[in-house]
Amino acid sequence: MTQRKAGKRSISFGPGVGITASSTVVGPMEAAGPLGRYFDTVLPDTKYGEKCWEGTESKMLKEACESVMQNAKAQPEDVDIIVTSDLLNQLTSSSYAVREMPINHLGVYSACAGFAEGVIVAGMALVGGFASKAVVAVSSHHDAAERQYRFPTELGVQRPPWAQWTVTGAGAAFLEFPAPDPLVVSRATLGRVVDYGVKDAYDMGAAMAPAAADTIEAHLQDFGLPINHYDLILTGDLGSYGLEVLRELLARRGIVVDTQLEDCGALIYDRNKQDVHSGGSGLGSSATVFNGYVLKQIPQGRWRKVLLVATGALHSPVRVKQSESIPSVAHAIGVEVKES
Amino acid sequence: MDYLMAFLVGGLICALGQLLYDTTKLTMAHVMVLFVVLGSVLTGVGLYDKLLTLGGAGASVPVSNFGYVLTKGILSHLQRDGWFGLLSGAFELAGAAIAAVILFGFAAAVAFKPKG
Amino acid sequence: MMGSNVKRPSSSDPVRVEHQMDFDAVAAQMRPKPLLARNLAVAYLVGGVICMGGQAINNLLLSLGLDKAAAGGRTAVVLIFIGALLTGLGVYDQLGRFGGAGSAIPITGFANTVVAPAMEFTREGYVLGMAAQLFSVAGPVLVYGLASAVVSAAVRYAAGF
Repeated sequence: MTQRKAGKRSISFGPGVGITASSTVVGPMEAAGPLGRYFDTVLPDTKYGEKCWEGTESKMLKEACESVMQNAKAQPEDVDIIVTSDLLNQLTSSSYAVREMPINHLGVYSACAGFAEGVIVAGMALVGGFASKAVVAVSSHHDAAERQYRFPTELGVQRPPWAQWTVTGAGAAFLEFPAPDPLVVSRATLGRVVDYGVKDAYDMGAAMAPAAADTIEAHLQDFGLPINHYDLILTGDLGSYGLEVLRELLARRGIVVDTQLEDCGALIYDRNKQDVHSGGSGLGSSATVFNGYVLKQIPQGRWRKVLLVATGALHSPVRVKQSESIPSVAHAIGVEVKES
Repeated sequence: MDYLMAFLVGGLICALGQLLYDTTKLTMAHVMVLFVVLGSVLTGVGLYDKLLTLGGAGASVPVSNFGYVLTKGILSHLQRDGWFGLLSGAFELAGAAIAAVILFGFAAAVAFKPKG
Repeated sequence: MMGSNVKRPSSSDPVRVEHQMDFDAVAAQMRPKPLLARNLAVAYLVGGVICMGGQAINNLLLSLGLDKAAAGGRTAVVLIFIGALLTGLGVYDQLGRFGGAGSAIPITGFANTVVAPAMEFTREGYVLGMAAQLFSVAGPVLVYGLASAVVSAAVRYAAGF
């Protein structure tokens, strides 16, 4: 089976791009959630010894990169491309995280869909013969994000019940082609930016659900798959409210979800004990839950085929003040354990 | 009893603000602006004085009172200096509060680090 | 805030139009509703208590011999100090999550809107960061407070009071 374009939106990675290692770094709140034990490194606090949150985020992202290379037993010199993403203006977390790494760097941005976008970009380079080893790493930090997108952190703001909490976390994956192990990324579907008119900066879950529905539908069509081909469909950060909107939108398109449909943001926190309203959001949401919780349990047989649909709300604070709405995009990667 | 009236009037003003926040697209900043403007307007028509007599701190603690003190300051200067009072009277009564908020803001920024 | 301001799609693609209608219906139907009664009650309670606190400070100052105007001005400053301190200690944001308008509308909330950005932006320096951002949240209150006061006072004065 060779790599090829599939339909109008998708890519088949042929024999598959191997995921040979992963790493996760999370803040204390994420470690205190129900998935705490699946994360590799836990920060003692949200500062991690840095003077500002932007510095903390870069430090987290850098550590995720260094850990994943260690886990893959690779030297930086062996890595052909590192693809990173974060939520801050000018991708500052990325730039400062990689500035001492002697590795070719591509920075990508699609808000919280960045991890899947990174895997797609790296995957295309790998199967295209332009690289044989790549690292994909992304991060988000709650306070750095709040400060930029919404309000100063000590301001007494009351968030509505559909709001989400940006995850403080970084996740990285080490990719190789040809794949040395059976765990591979075999398929991907590229997202298209859509805008369904959502103007509330707290309403990201709803803003992203149509993009997720669109990408899932395209994926199933391009590959001729039923939705239950996958044991688990995992969205990035729709939150509990956005997830239910997605389920209903899919049903209205004739796709009844008869397999596990979960959302990283809804899984990462205990919504009863932690004040996160609809759940987690941010690049850290999909990156930590996928690279920690999911990838650690696939070898144990919990799932064999997982579709990660990373969702991004392309929120521009400037444009929202100019009375524009918030467009969104969703990129999907299909991961599986190949039969030998 | 003045404590009861402060509670009843002040609570009501805040609850009205909450109602606007929860049922409209207004942000809390919009609600605060709306209230301060209402404070000015009600002072202009002579009603805020009555609200203060009724509610005491229940009317003087909410941000609407800021509109009241700004308007009152201007009125006192208008009576004294004529139309230039529109400008010279603005911070007559409100000046202490503004100076306080700038200085305490500065001090807090020096003394405390944000916790997130 | 309830509902999102949904734009009518300008697409002529019937499938897209149908998807938009589906979304509008589903999102509105499934959106968790704010517990309005609870929020109103809490805002009333928190705001009421803060105002009672203000009354206590005012009464104390009056009992020390100050006249009404002097006591009022000093009460405001004391409340601003309390709001600033609680913001500095990282407590006012917790109060705000819970109390909503009950903590935002009193003058202590005004102090919070100035102190919070001041603390936040010290990282970018004291001149270009902290000082430049001091009124980034509270600015509109000053601007519109002043503008409306000028108009209200002018009208009253012109009408001969």
